[in-house]
Amino acid sequence: MRSADKWRFALNALLHNRLRTGLCLLGISIGVTAVVLLTGLGEGARRYVGAQFQSLGTNLVFIFPGHADTEGAMPGLGGAPNDLSLQDARALQREVRQLKTVVPISLGSETVANRERSKQVYVLGTTPQFIEARGLRLSSGVNLPELDWERGQPVIVLGGELARELFPGGEVAVGNTVRVGDRRVRVIGVMEDRGTQVGLDTGLMGLIPVASAMSMYNESGLFRILVEIGAQTDTDRTVARMREVLMERHGEEDFTCKTQESVAGSLSTIMRVLTLALAGIASVSLAVAGIGIMNVMLVSVSERRSEVGLLRALGAGHAQVRGIFLAEAALISAAGGVIGLAIAIVASLVLRSFYPAFDATPPWWSVLAALGVSTGVGLLFGVMPANKASRLDPVVALRS
Amino acid sequence: MARVIELRGIRRTYKMGDQELHALADLDLDIESGEHVAIMGPSGSGKSTLLNVIGLLDRASSGRYALDGRDVTDLSDEELSEVRQNQIGFVFQSYHLVARLDAVANVELPMVFAGVPKKERRQRAEAALQRVGLGDRMHHKPTEMSGGQAQRVAVARSTIMGPSVLLADEPTGNLDSVSGNRVLDLLQGLHRDGLTLVVVTHDPAVARLADRVIVLKDGRLAREWRGTDVVSLDQLFELDAP
Repeated sequence: MRSADKWRFALNALLHNRLRTGLCLLGISIGVTAVVLLTGLGEGARRYVGAQFQSLGTNLVFIFPGHADTEGAMPGLGGAPNDLSLQDARALQREVRQLKTVVPISLGSETVANRERSKQVYVLGTTPQFIEARGLRLSSGVNLPELDWERGQPVIVLGGELARELFPGGEVAVGNTVRVGDRRVRVIGVMEDRGTQVGLDTGLMGLIPVASAMSMYNESGLFRILVEIGAQTDTDRTVARMREVLMERHGEEDFTCKTQESVAGSLSTIMRVLTLALAGIASVSLAVAGIGIMNVMLVSVSERRSEVGLLRALGAGHAQVRGIFLAEAALISAAGGVIGLAIAIVASLVLRSFYPAFDATPPWWSVLAALGVSTGVGLLFGVMPANKASRLDPVVALRS
Repeated sequence: MARVIELRGIRRTYKMGDQELHALADLDLDIESGEHVAIMGPSGSGKSTLLNVIGLLDRASSGRYALDGRDVTDLSDEELSEVRQNQIGFVFQSYHLVARLDAVANVELPMVFAGVPKKERRQRAEAALQRVGLGDRMHHKPTEMSGGQAQRVAVARSTIMGPSVLLADEPTGNLDSVSGNRVLDLLQGLHRDGLTLVVVTHDPAVARLADRVIVLKDGRLAREWRGTDVVSLDQLFELDAP
């Protein structure tokens, strides 16, 4: 029997029984859709989280006071960490060459008010480099002035949403005066909205010069030092050098350096494991579909006993009968795989048109795996019925 | 004359619980090339079992069987399939056409398993259907044909590979006399062209056409008539009487 004839014969048999073939296709395609779509969602979530970290800017290192140490001092009992000071930030800038920018940050929560309109927000004392380091942009006005870090100035850059709330109805914010706590400062710029970045709503915040903030909050320590490392430098070595400089100044490691890469990397691993777990759950439905195929093929074999008997009488051997029924199982599962894949791709495109930021395109490996597994499932569960058909006694089969 | 079928000491037993049932018991039978043999006998006499053993659908429990001078007793299953494909044609009482295939495709089936190319298959199948008078029914499905037409398709299919012997099991059993006679004419025609014919039947009118009538009883050869004897035999009718 020629191969083309075998497939044609199998296809003909499948087309003859449309309802049964259709239901089988439905089962397999639902299974494949589930696998492909769920892994697509998982991968999409992973990329989304990755993109969020990317939007922070690359190669950022956060330094904050205190050291996460199991045998660290108990709160209030001596050993209180030294503050990170402006001098520390300066030392880093002076002594570690590979650093692109060093941005001191002082943080406080303050009421910002334009006459009777007021809003409690985070007001950050920092330098003009903050905006670039965090990937932010101004929509109007100018950035904070380049000042000596120890000098303050009564100016503020507002987050976009904050500006709209304090100056509603198209009133121009830049050039006006607002109150921050009990001080009057001039609005010199407004930022574009960039959504929430790691817990900080960039729309609802204000930026003022770092010295102004420290005197306003009456603080000598910084909340964070944000360091941007040059693109072509070795992050680990640079961080080690920074640690050395600070150790020399503090005499102990009472600060923590956290690179953005380490956080993003571990999150990405977690998301990939989650994706695999989702794929595993979805493949249960593929297995169910495979059992469905087996069931349907077994019914088909019993119904076609007399046909099998005839084929044997006409000179078809065991192998040929087996081949025909296997071909039917393979055709159903491969077609179901392709249909399921098409549905999954369309669904992920629809999803993307509704949530452009969330790219749920299935990864190539899940597409290959789904097609491979569905065809494998079809063949696997097709073997038993096909064997049964090929072992029928032709005399008995012809009589039925 | 060459001997097409040579059966020696053929025995076929079935196990029914503790009992052994002898469907065929020590049967010897020779059929010459070009002979037309009818097998008769009451139900359960072993007629169908004999036909299945000759057709290599069933294996004898013991004894030897030579087809066209070749001992086929110990062939493997795949070898038997090949012998069936090339040397044996079957015609069944209930036609056994594949319902989803049209007449041409049904006649093509044996050639499909033999690996004959599609174009040649089609030509040969169409020619065979012309010969059985169904040139205008080529693309009808079995459900769109009468019983007589369906059986003629089956006859065309059984001879398409040019077999050594044609085995027919009650070929007119499901047909009215007019359609039945057309089928019998067809078989007679094939016989005149030199085909060896073995027909199992209850119907004395069918058996009378044969050169030889064999009557089985309890798996043994009970009686045998040859040549002109057959045509005038009234005993045949008595055989079927209860």
